Amino acid sequence: MLAFNFFGATEGGLFDINATLPLMAIQVVALTYILNSLFFKPVGNVVEKREKFVSNNIIEAKNKLSEVKKLEADLLTQLQSARTEAQRIVSEAENESDKLYKEALELANNEANASKEKARLEIESQTLAARDQLSKQADDLSELIVNRLILEK
Amino acid sequence: MFFNSLLTNFAALEVGQHLYWQIGNIRLHGQVFLTSWILLGALLVFISLGTKKMENDPKGLQNLLEFLWDYIRDLARTQIGEKVYRDWMPFIGTLFLFVFVSNWGGALIPWRLIKLPSGELGAPTADINTTIALALLVSLSYFYAGLSNKGWRYFEYYVHPTPIMLPFKILEDFTKPLSLSFRLFGNILADELVVGVLVFLVPLILPIPVMFLGLFTSAIQALIFATLAAYYIGEAVEEHH
Repeated sequence: MLAFNFFGATEGGLFDINATLPLMAIQVVALTYILNSLFFKPVGNVVEKREKFVSNNIIEAKNKLSEVKKLEADLLTQLQSARTEAQRIVSEAENESDKLYKEALELANNEANASKEKARLEIESQTLAARDQLSKQADDLSELIVNRLILEK
Repeated sequence: MFFNSLLTNFAALEVGQHLYWQIGNIRLHGQVFLTSWILLGALLVFISLGTKKMENDPKGLQNLLEFLWDYIRDLARTQIGEKVYRDWMPFIGTLFLFVFVSNWGGALIPWRLIKLPSGELGAPTADINTTIALALLVSLSYFYAGLSNKGWRYFEYYVHPTPIMLPFKILEDFTKPLSLSFRLFGNILADELVVGVLVFLVPLILPIPVMFLGLFTSAIQALIFATLAAYYIGEAVEEHH
């Protein structure tokens, strides 16, 4: 009885293939179309829209980040150049003041030398004049002495 | 004596008996359609509820459906490839959902409580007609996929590494639907029979682990069926260089 039910039975059996097969196939194909319009398309639209949104946001954020990094690097170079510029200005000013100091020193030295020279010359000429006068007075005095001696005789 | 009583027990399970519907000249297995309509109806209600109010921030059912969608997409994409998986995703997804819902519906719902004049309700995939229908659809699909994507160059696949492969590749076209249909049919029927026999012999507790095992097998079978279908389609559309 069991064997009869199991295999090759004319009526019933496990391997009883009949019109159920094509109808089930049609049913599955119909189900494919129904599920496509009810499930796969709408859910796919929502999911893919969200995935697009997320990936767009990520790209945007990456762009912004790179922009920020660029600006940061820009700022850093600007800072660097400003620093070197300041250093240059400071050293320039130092040189300038150094030069000015040297110039002033030289000028003062020259002036002092010149006045020293002038004074020396003056002293010399006055010495000469005084010596002249002295020798003249000596002459006068000797003459006077001579005259007096002559007169007394 | 014992063997004899076991046989009658088997007979009490009503293996291979059907509820026949006669429409004109054709005869149908009514119980298969009844259960499939109930299960597919439940599936469609579930999906319509989940997709009724779709939002950008998914909530509740929409979350589950999106997870399912993502799972099916990954399955189709890994097997079929980036280029054409979109065309076949609904078909692969339908196969997966149909087999999964049928298997689990057959295992989880106590159909036996509903008495039919002949045969009994159960998983639609435990009927050979259903599984052969699914397997033949897969065969048609991969032929169609190959021919529509590559034209007559599809047949290069038959002689691909060497022409020696030709008879084996032709044989494969027959073994693919055969193995697909019989694997699913055998697994689900065997599960139903094991649970049925155990319930009949020891109606308490003992059948529960077997039922869980059955649920596991059912899910795995759905995954295997969908994955293999996708793999066959992927194989047909793959470009050989």
